[in-house]
Amino acid sequence: MHDFRYATPRTLNEALKLLGGRGGGALLAGGTDLIVKMRARRLQPGLVVDAKGVPELNVLKLDKSGLTLGAAVSCRRVYTDARIAKTYPALAESAALVGGIGIQGRASIGGNLCNAAPSADTVPALIVLGAIANIRGPRGSRKLPVAEFCTGPGRNALKPGELLVSLKIPKPAKHSGAFFLRFIPRNEMDIAVVNAAVAVELDAKGKTFKSARIAVGAAAPIPLLVREAGECLAGQPINEKNIQEAARLAALAVRPITDMRGTVEQRRHLAAVLTARALRGAVKRAKGE
Amino acid sequence: MSTRMRVAATVNGESAEFLCEPRQSLLEVLREVLYLTGTKEGCNDGNCGACSVIVDGTLVNSCCMLGVEADGRSVETVEGLAQDGKLHALQQCYLEETGMQCGFCTPGFLMSSKVLLDTNPDPTDAQIRHWLSGNLCRCTGYDKIIRAVKRAARMLEKSK
Amino acid sequence: MNKPETLKKLRVVGTTPVRPDGQEKVMGRAVYGDDFRLPGMLHGRVLRSPHAHAVIKSIDTRRAEKLAGVRAIITGKDFPKPSVALVPMGEGGYFDMNDFADNVIAKGKAFYHGHAIAAVAADSPHIAEEAIALIDVKYEVLKPVMNVRQAMAKGATVLHKEFNPGAFFMKTERVLPNASRLELKNGDAAKGLKEADVVVEREYTTETVHQGYIESHICTAQWDSNGLITIWCTTQGAFAIRDQVSIILAVPMSKVKVIPLEIGGGFGGKDTAYIEPLATMLARKADKPVKIVMSRAESLLSTGPSSGTYMKVKMGAKKDGMLSGGDLHFAFEAGAFPGGPIAAACLTSITRYNLPNVRIEGFDVMVNKPKIKPYRAPGATQSHFAVETVIDELAEKTGMDPVDFRLKNVTKQGDRLILGFPCPPIGSVELLTAVKNHPHYNAPLKGAHRGRGMAMGFWFGAGLTSSAELSVNGDGTVQLCTGSCDLSGTRLTLSMQCAEALGIDIDDVVPSIGDTHSVGYTFQSVGSRTTFATGIAVYETAQKILKQMAERAALIWQAAPDDVVFGEGIFTHKNDPSKRFGFKELAAKLDHSGGPISAQSTVTPHGVGFQVAAHLVDVEVDVETGKVEILRYTTFQDAGKAVHPDFVAGQMQGGAVQGIGWALNEEYWYNEQGQLVNTSLLDYRMPTALDMPMIEAVIIETGNPGHPYGVRGVGEVPIVPPPAAIANAIYRAIGVRPDALPMTPAKILKLLQQRRGSAAA
Repeated sequence: MHDFRYATPRTLNEALKLLGGRGGGALLAGGTDLIVKMRARRLQPGLVVDAKGVPELNVLKLDKSGLTLGAAVSCRRVYTDARIAKTYPALAESAALVGGIGIQGRASIGGNLCNAAPSADTVPALIVLGAIANIRGPRGSRKLPVAEFCTGPGRNALKPGELLVSLKIPKPAKHSGAFFLRFIPRNEMDIAVVNAAVAVELDAKGKTFKSARIAVGAAAPIPLLVREAGECLAGQPINEKNIQEAARLAALAVRPITDMRGTVEQRRHLAAVLTARALRGAVKRAKGE
Repeated sequence: MSTRMRVAATVNGESAEFLCEPRQSLLEVLREVLYLTGTKEGCNDGNCGACSVIVDGTLVNSCCMLGVEADGRSVETVEGLAQDGKLHALQQCYLEETGMQCGFCTPGFLMSSKVLLDTNPDPTDAQIRHWLSGNLCRCTGYDKIIRAVKRAARMLEKSK
Repeated sequence: MNKPETLKKLRVVGTTPVRPDGQEKVMGRAVYGDDFRLPGMLHGRVLRSPHAHAVIKSIDTRRAEKLAGVRAIITGKDFPKPSVALVPMGEGGYFDMNDFADNVIAKGKAFYHGHAIAAVAADSPHIAEEAIALIDVKYEVLKPVMNVRQAMAKGATVLHKEFNPGAFFMKTERVLPNASRLELKNGDAAKGLKEADVVVEREYTTETVHQGYIESHICTAQWDSNGLITIWCTTQGAFAIRDQVSIILAVPMSKVKVIPLEIGGGFGGKDTAYIEPLATMLARKADKPVKIVMSRAESLLSTGPSSGTYMKVKMGAKKDGMLSGGDLHFAFEAGAFPGGPIAAACLTSITRYNLPNVRIEGFDVMVNKPKIKPYRAPGATQSHFAVETVIDELAEKTGMDPVDFRLKNVTKQGDRLILGFPCPPIGSVELLTAVKNHPHYNAPLKGAHRGRGMAMGFWFGAGLTSSAELSVNGDGTVQLCTGSCDLSGTRLTLSMQCAEALGIDIDDVVPSIGDTHSVGYTFQSVGSRTTFATGIAVYETAQKILKQMAERAALIWQAAPDDVVFGEGIFTHKNDPSKRFGFKELAAKLDHSGGPISAQSTVTPHGVGFQVAAHLVDVEVDVETGKVEILRYTTFQDAGKAVHPDFVAGQMQGGAVQGIGWALNEEYWYNEQGQLVNTSLLDYRMPTALDMPMIEAVIIETGNPGHPYGVRGVGEVPIVPPPAAIANAIYRAIGVRPDALPMTPAKILKLLQQRRGSAAA
């Protein structure tokens, strides 16, 4: 690895000051992306700033308004929290798929988002749940929907000196449910060939879609909110025909490539398959099954 | 020239003070600074689990953690499993059930299995396999490893 | 029947003691490659070619030399011409040592992405890494060839203007700019196919795969003031490393001492000196010991994977199921230098069956990939993938059960093999009968897209040379030293054979593994030979010990040596049963009767027992995603005699899972420029615990007259049947026959889509 300095700020302002300094710095949460990238010489920051000592970056709060998740909170902390697992099962199951157990104890959802891989496993659920990113920088705070946070493979919307403080996920509406799944060639430990998250809100009788949000990952330069696929379900009865139509639109909307993990045809096909499966799963949850 | 930082951690129950460069991973520090070579390097990028250790009760791939991050923390490695010259039930079972062939992945598996049984004392086969999916073994095919963990779980329950 | 006379009731062989090295290993104290260190040692790192095929125009090390903490830098220019050009291999085969030397470090041309160009020794591994990045190399990039058909095509880029045709097991003949050829024949293949009632012809491709040992390659080398080189390394054969280093560095063999450390997996891939010559040269230049650690990426890029292939198999059978003819064509990657496993692939492709009229053509093809090396039964997994799926199709087309079809055709003792000699005792009938009678074979398999398949596997195994030494102490305990590196418990299985032979307890035998200066020549722990051949060395040495001890008893009893008999651990005077000594009793008298006793043997045994295995697998295919799930897996294998049954089962299970990874997910993925893209275990996908069910291992024991306890090698054949067995199961699950490895979800999806397309047409 290259040589770097290491700092352990205790306040958010201290962290911002360090990151805004000359030479550039990188924020270290779980380190499961950063350390690997530094070892491969893909990133060579002069300063590594440890996020784990800053309270705002480690907050985990569930209340009437929803879930506030500090950027450095580990995946394992999220999915082992019984309240989160109950209220946001799609988020919990996403967090439980990031690497193996040893990775999950360190890797953070905030880090997974900032790393902005198109295949990031936590981002599709954040998108469909309407998560908002709380950002702080030298010029103050701002909010950004997670759906707009990733801007390209490995690129995010943070400006120089800015950091992701926390994510806010709104409280789910009544008769709503969300589901996440991914396709990998083994049963664990792989980067998603394609992944998908769906959040649906049903009518009180559970017979009609009020609204649906569908996000597909690893099939475009960013985790993609496929608007048309979700919007086509609004007001529509819940049946296999409509689910297949949404799946078809999702497959049309994605822009996959062929690489060592999958082919264009396979990814387009999987986008449809996973969308349909996630829809069925989300509907089941919305109905309380 | 890299500036080394002072770290004060607890390793296998004993205080360990040492100097290390920020760029040295916890894996490197355990092996090269503290001379605890039981924890192994298999891939150095979080994909094989050979470097698994326990930090503040959490299972960690030590190749994906910096040595300086261990400051103020408690680290457990394979060297700390046996107590007073007596093997941990897991060590005994991996040995007796032939859950080990070349033995290189075994320290990582032992630490991972320990956290599993601490978290879930009576896991099913499927739960064991899921938990251990982050530890790669190329020799055994996993069958005898699962048997070893199950038997250790029963032994530990009995001893309670 | 195939039972040898020696399959009597054994006392130690066949039991399951705990291995003596096990406790140190579970405590994390055993010393593997990277656990060894010397005071004042430097750290070496290797600069590797980013190009698959390039001329090296210049190497400028000046910037690296200036970096503080850099102690030595070497390139190909620092290396002499090897002291030996060709090392014989038996059966007309040989190793080309110039190729070995050029593979260790490039001389003017880089032949694969990852080919070593230069190496640096520095005070810390981080500094060595920084130094590597400061070495400026100018390349003239050439077009690479990346698979066998590309390499054999007209106008393909040529790797070597001159080369010695590859000869791993058998000689080949140069026929193309990048390939050489061999042919095996029996009878008249065309006639045999003409006479067939059913003919199946299929084409296959398979991809390059790696052994995937969890411990990479590591060595520490020292060059002392007397020119004595000492190397501590993780290896399957200390003598192999010794020979290669001595030849590549052109130093006398006696000046190279190799001390093998514990090894974290080998599977055939740790039979070659990659970094040892580099570390040694650096140690000489820096005048300090140097350790080199190969990273995971380097082990995938720059060691010895197993061949990708193109295969075409045409086989015919009569309607009663008798095979009548076959025409087989195999083209196997050799990697950047000649000498891949094509001969073994051909020799094992049909040897388990009687095929009177057959022609097998094999091509050893050079491509811009690392030099291909053995991976557990080298070449057999690939050739069996082709043949065992064709056999499956022939069975189907003749309306026969797949096991019955094989039973009808397997070679039995005395049948003439394509190898040219009669088949020795072989357990194929017992093996296949065990499959038929097993609950797995007869269990109903219900559910959509589920199927059951089986395949058979064959491997010959090796004898070769092993040495053992035994010393008896005054307290009756024994030291056993052999030259066999212990990959997974052979120091115990050798101790067990020693205890058996001497009539003593297993706990009274303390085994060790010698280095090249302390024990007689011992060939590598490869070819499933250790428990077999080194076991014979142990047995022979034990007989010498017993003879010497009997002579002592005779001395004490003032009798003739012939008057002393040994049986069941007791020495008795044959005419006076009151005169008797137990082993320990007699040992206590050694000091006073002439001194301690020791003996040594170096043996090159024949009588290797062929390995046969059969695997049975149930799969379920998700037809929407193409993913294959393994539901149930049973392996059957003839071990001859299982010295340690749990260890044998472990070999069967471990090899099966490697084969399953090969079948479903593992492959080297290259980009357009011939660079390896999946250089991490994230994307070189080996099976995890969650990908496998329990694997039942059924051990069959037919004995082996070539070994005193009936031992056959067991380590290799387990990797041979899985891809074919799984392909056959997939066929029964979804009606398509995969023709390429790995059988990834994308490929299965494509096959399903093609089938739907042709069904609609």
